[in-house]
Amino acid sequence: MNARPLPLFATALPLVILVGLVASLSSQTPAGPSLTVLAREGRRALPIAMVADQEFVALDDLAAAFQLTVHEESLGAITVTYKGKTIVLTPEQALASVAGRLVSLPAPPSRSGRRWLVPVEFISRALTLVYDARLDLRKPSRLLVVGDLRVPRILVRYDSTGAGGRLTIDATPRANSTVTQEGERILVKFDAEALDAPSPLLPPQTLQAAAPFVRDIRVVDNTTIAIDPGPRFGGFRAAVQPADATARLVIDLVGTQTEAAPAPPVPAAPQPPPEVPPALTPPASAIRTIAVDPGHGGEDDGVRGAQGTKEKDLVLAVARRVKGVIEGRLGIRVLLTRDDDRNIPLDDRTALANNNKADLFISLHANASVRRSTAGAIIFLAAFDDSDSEAAKPAPGERVPTFGGGLRDIELVPWNLAQTRHLTQSVEFATILEQQLRNRVPLSVHPIDRAPLRVLESANMPAVLLEMGFLSNAEQEKQLTVDVFQAGVAQSIYEAVVRFRDSLNAGGGR
Amino acid sequence: MNRRPVAVAIGVAFVAFVIGWLMFVSTPRWFSRQQKPVAAAPAPAPPAPPGRKIKARLFYVSDDGTRLTGVEREIAYGEGPLEQAREIISAQIAPVTEPLVTAIPPGTTLRALFMTEGGDAYVDLSRNVTSAHTGGTLDEILTVYTIVNALTANLPAITSVQLLVEGKEVDTLSGHVDLRRPLSKNLAWVQ
Repeated sequence: MNARPLPLFATALPLVILVGLVASLSSQTPAGPSLTVLAREGRRALPIAMVADQEFVALDDLAAAFQLTVHEESLGAITVTYKGKTIVLTPEQALASVAGRLVSLPAPPSRSGRRWLVPVEFISRALTLVYDARLDLRKPSRLLVVGDLRVPRILVRYDSTGAGGRLTIDATPRANSTVTQEGERILVKFDAEALDAPSPLLPPQTLQAAAPFVRDIRVVDNTTIAIDPGPRFGGFRAAVQPADATARLVIDLVGTQTEAAPAPPVPAAPQPPPEVPPALTPPASAIRTIAVDPGHGGEDDGVRGAQGTKEKDLVLAVARRVKGVIEGRLGIRVLLTRDDDRNIPLDDRTALANNNKADLFISLHANASVRRSTAGAIIFLAAFDDSDSEAAKPAPGERVPTFGGGLRDIELVPWNLAQTRHLTQSVEFATILEQQLRNRVPLSVHPIDRAPLRVLESANMPAVLLEMGFLSNAEQEKQLTVDVFQAGVAQSIYEAVVRFRDSLNAGGGR
Repeated sequence: MNRRPVAVAIGVAFVAFVIGWLMFVSTPRWFSRQQKPVAAAPAPAPPAPPGRKIKARLFYVSDDGTRLTGVEREIAYGEGPLEQAREIISAQIAPVTEPLVTAIPPGTTLRALFMTEGGDAYVDLSRNVTSAHTGGTLDEILTVYTIVNALTANLPAITSVQLLVEGKEVDTLSGHVDLRRPLSKNLAWVQ
């Protein structure tokens, strides 16, 4: 008697596990087409069912994704509730009543076994009226964007130009992009959360025609398009063409054997890091000069690592890289406050930037902490007391006599408070720089901080102080001296400058 | 028979004299000798062990090294804001043991501390505050705000603090934080 339940249990258990496994696998990898839901929390796929050539999704799946309550009434109506607001669907009617308002659907709800299916348009026509966040259904690409994520639509075109080829990449709505090169591969990274791009990006016949210059082009991660060049590829030139709602990136691919073609714009940079692409964007108007300040120098070593690395040497090496990259690729003048091993007073460093009317000031340093484990880069901005900010406001009606007679109004701001008027743009540049550094170097838990730093206070232009890492941390000391790390910092600064300049040119600045 | 009471009387008188001498002459002198130097001592040692204590919030480096952490500790009572400020700084710059870690470089001592009527405190530290410093921007910020916050967070009478080194104004401790003017309390650097 006692032994009888055991065999039944022993038989049932493996069966339950097997069914559970199959169920979990099938729920993770929906077979067939699916609707990709992109939200701030991540992405998920909702299976799409085809009913009479219409795309349907299961109400259960929508309920799980959007916290809806679905209830089937005794009279056959289906109510969908979200935060007290109700949508009523009626079987065999291509209509939905949304909080008392009728909206049409392309097809009536359809039953599949025990589940109810609704046309995908139910989301954009009915659910969106009651849901808290914006629901942007992009039916052709089977994409649903939840909230205010930046997910530009990408359209790629290829044209043969005789001597080479031209790729035109349109991003709508506008999204900034950065072009870099890794080995042979050209990478176009968009400032967005995801891309709404067709797959494949180019139709097979177009790709076949482009083969001498473009072997393949595809989306490699959520926000990057990778272009693998073909056998005749010799170099490229990238340019941004502004348009109303679309950001157009034109990449001209230049052949290797065409003597008459303009030489690929590979700059003669003094010390370009290995991954520097020969990319050129239109000449800047908002930024013409940048001051880069390698901290310390001479008898002032700055921080010394346990392995003997001196901050003054490290920051000078990185500053030279930054100068090489920016001057070589952007044509922007870069002034170094010191280009050898000597100490310059802090005020002289800022004065060099002010006197040369630099448009941006970047001071480079390496950090130290009494806690040996502290690590990560920090971007510092100047900080001022409230009383300082008040003092920095130009005195109204300050009149001085001019040569030849007469009076002229002038604005007088104390030297040590010049930065107060540029803090907004300094914050903007720091934010952009943080984004660029994030994928290349470890960042501190507080990547942007403010402090009354002497070298920044007098800078009469947007100014930041970058602490690249901690020489007091043994592991970081090793990292900081490695070529790849230093090149990564230089590349991040370069890309931050490009984006900051684009932002200023677009009217976001002065 | 007559001699015995006389002898007893003399004995009693002698004992009474000895007791009297001990009570009224010797013991008070002995006590006064013992107590006089103690009463005359000016109590130079800051943490007078049996003295009155107050609670103050002192600041140490957080576990991740990027901020300060406030720690409530008992410190010696000081008569008036100035004396109390000296007691706070003496306790704040004193060496500590794990798990506490201080942002004040080892060997730093308080040379002087004075206040203006406007609530500015001037804290004069010995040269170790610069010569024994790690030299990092972050550490320099934490060193400065350890002192600034220790005074401004505990004493409402002090609104800002300027650091001096060896009696002189300095531009910075190790090349970063501007010390040319008094700094106000900044709890953004406290966790």
